[in-house]
Amino acid sequence: MNLEGLEMIAVLVVVVLFVKVLEQFGLLEASYDDSVEDELELSAVRHRPEGLEQLEAQTRFTRKELQVLYRGFKNECPSGVVNEDTFKDIYSQFFPQGDASTYAHFLFNAFDTDHNGSVSFEDFVMGLSILLRGSVQEKLNWAFNLYDINKDGYITKEEMLDIMKAIYDMMGKCTYPILKEEAPRQHVEIFFQKMDKNKDGVVTIDEFIDCCQNDENIMRSMQLFENVI
Amino acid sequence: MAAGVAAWLPFARAAAIGWMPVANCPMPVAPRDHGKRQDELIILNVSGRRFQTWRTTLDRYPDTLLGSSEKEFFYNEETKEYFFDRDPDAFRSILNFYRTGKLHYPRHECISAYDEELAFFGIIPEIIGDCCYEEYKDRKRENAERLMDDQEENKDNKLPNMNFRETMWRAFENPHTSTMALVFYYVTGFFIAISVITNVVETVPCGSTPNQKDVPCGERYTVAFFCMDTACVMIFTVEYLMRLFAAPSRYRFMRSVMSIIDVVAILPYYIGLVMTNNEDVSGAFVTLRVFRVFRIFKFSRHSQGLRILGYTLKSCASELGFLLFSLTMAIIIFATVMFYAEKGSSSSKFTSIPASFWYTIVTMTTLGYGDMVPKTIAGKIFGSICSLSGVLVIALPVPVIVSNFSRIYHQNQRADKRRAQKKARLARIRVVKTGMSSAFLHNKRNGLFNELLELPCSEEVEQHLSKTASLLESQHHHLLHCLEKTTAHEFVDEQLYEQNCREGAVQSYPSCSPSLSSQEGPTGTCCTHQARKNPLPDASVPPTCQGALQELSAVHIQCSDQPALSTSRSSLNMKLDDTSRLNCKSGLITTAIISIPTPPAVSPEGDSQPLTSPSMQTIASSNAVKVSTL
Repeated sequence: MNLEGLEMIAVLVVVVLFVKVLEQFGLLEASYDDSVEDELELSAVRHRPEGLEQLEAQTRFTRKELQVLYRGFKNECPSGVVNEDTFKDIYSQFFPQGDASTYAHFLFNAFDTDHNGSVSFEDFVMGLSILLRGSVQEKLNWAFNLYDINKDGYITKEEMLDIMKAIYDMMGKCTYPILKEEAPRQHVEIFFQKMDKNKDGVVTIDEFIDCCQNDENIMRSMQLFENVI
Repeated sequence: MAAGVAAWLPFARAAAIGWMPVANCPMPVAPRDHGKRQDELIILNVSGRRFQTWRTTLDRYPDTLLGSSEKEFFYNEETKEYFFDRDPDAFRSILNFYRTGKLHYPRHECISAYDEELAFFGIIPEIIGDCCYEEYKDRKRENAERLMDDQEENKDNKLPNMNFRETMWRAFENPHTSTMALVFYYVTGFFIAISVITNVVETVPCGSTPNQKDVPCGERYTVAFFCMDTACVMIFTVEYLMRLFAAPSRYRFMRSVMSIIDVVAILPYYIGLVMTNNEDVSGAFVTLRVFRVFRIFKFSRHSQGLRILGYTLKSCASELGFLLFSLTMAIIIFATVMFYAEKGSSSSKFTSIPASFWYTIVTMTTLGYGDMVPKTIAGKIFGSICSLSGVLVIALPVPVIVSNFSRIYHQNQRADKRRAQKKARLARIRVVKTGMSSAFLHNKRNGLFNELLELPCSEEVEQHLSKTASLLESQHHHLLHCLEKTTAHEFVDEQLYEQNCREGAVQSYPSCSPSLSSQEGPTGTCCTHQARKNPLPDASVPPTCQGALQELSAVHIQCSDQPALSTSRSSLNMKLDDTSRLNCKSGLITTAIISIPTPPAVSPEGDSQPLTSPSMQTIASSNAVKVSTL
């Protein structure tokens, strides 16, 4: 390096320092983009449910039941809505041995009726109303909706397989007898044999409801959770 | 399960309907919720402050006090609330735990008080939230250290059986334990000082000899300095050997820093002794003398400040390492730049990069000797940047070291303060304790006195007594009295006990010979006994005194119209004296003497035979000993 080069560098350094000093005095505007706008995003999501009377009319819960439900809901989700991650977290806590995230995903989609990516209190309460206070027809409808992942009105074997795998995932590894690879698939086969009357490879809503209404076990188990709330 | 999640259990159960069509087997029966009640508010009254919450909030954590049926023990039927006699401020955070699922540690709360509250309500401290957990752990560790410090203090107390070696080691480690140790401590300190001063003075030029040059004192008074050095080294050697002998683990002692310093301090002398004749290595010999300066480190045994400094430096090793590393980096960078910047100028002192190191160091530490200065403009610019950055680089790790030192220093101060306060505290506590036991003895004497005398106006006295002693006290005293009766021994206070032990020791010498001599009249002896509290060498006096006791008390009543409680108490005291004296060395019963109004088996006529033993044995305990063989 020759002398000139070093002198240049020295001059450069001096100039940079000078600019910094000016910025300190506010005479020169620094041109960063601030991250102020980020702050606003976080506080946006706050949701208030409709009034108590409206919910009372729309669902089959009493006023007191709605109050209790809302208290629990708000305690866990102070912002008023549940997004998918929180939903998965909460649901996974009930099944500590297995992985409940896949099934929670399907469940989330079943509850999120308006498909906006979050479950508000109204969605929550509507879903619960169907499940706990609805007629058998409505419950079966809801179950069909759950299984029909792409909501096209037909349950294909692949959709059923996905659901079945998700359910078996919740069991985890330590089961008796040991969970085999083909267990979900076999289960799907049994299901389709039972449900698919015209053997066209898909189950429609009518086939589903018909078959379920003829099955003693299923009818009885539908009444199982009547007194949950 | 977490708090809020319990609220979602109904939802999870409802969603299980989704599995029903898929299931092949029938489902198990759902548990019935018996006595399903509406969610109700319950009132928790904590020392007057009322908290209200839903029942289901508390039910979230069923393994705690409030969540389980354990709280029913605290239910108050009349006010229909749960009453807890605890601190309401601490209860706030506990109730918030139920509400939000997170336990917080309030910083103003004392750590042990908080721990106790948590333990009472059945909550484990490990679930304290992340926000407060670190603080909690720090405070807990501090507290544990403090308690450990206190325990270590107690270890200093002299253990009963310590052999000579252990005593010596203790004397070395804590000079305050005995005078010998203190003397030794000061003597060694003095000699260390002498040795260091000798080393220094040795090199001062002193005196003018006929030669031109000034010779240093060391060369002028060689013999004197040599003698001084020899004396110091001998003392140090002896001290080292004694420490080595006394050390509990010699191997560990030899590896410790202080012992290495000791060795390094005395080794040069011995090496010098060996090597004086050889001229070649005399240069090395001179170098060895430098190591004599390490004797000054021996002072660290005498000065706590030095020890703290050393400990601080050790604990800040990483900061110091960082300081060194960053300084080295900066020096190399700036030295290179300065070298190349000054390369062009003529007669530049910056002959090489290592030569520029000196300039960089002097500039960065803002010394600025001025023996090397840049002459070119670029050199001057970079030189100024160098000095500015030097200030910054050195200033950064220094506060860390300072705060470390401050913390350790204050810890030491605190330990010293606690040690000083401890004595006063213990003394005060002891006073309270003796107050308690003396209250018991006081009450006992009053009670006995009343029993003996059967005062007609006993109710008044009893009322008087009961005013002074609360129900708790009287029950406590009754308990102690029962213990006395069970073991057939009596409580006495310390001075009497020691006195009796001394007397007992005196009496134990003529143990075999039944010293029945010098038998005076019973009352006479008792009166003399009363007159002077001297120990009577007579063992048979006490039995007679038993019988005479009742007489004495009768005498007292007659003598003094007003039963001045103090005097009678003192007489009873003395009786206790005798009896307890017996207690000291033998297993004789003495309580029975006073309280059981048996007709004196020993006639007060000075029956000096050990007739008392049979009667004594009727009320004797298993380890009764013949009175006369005391």
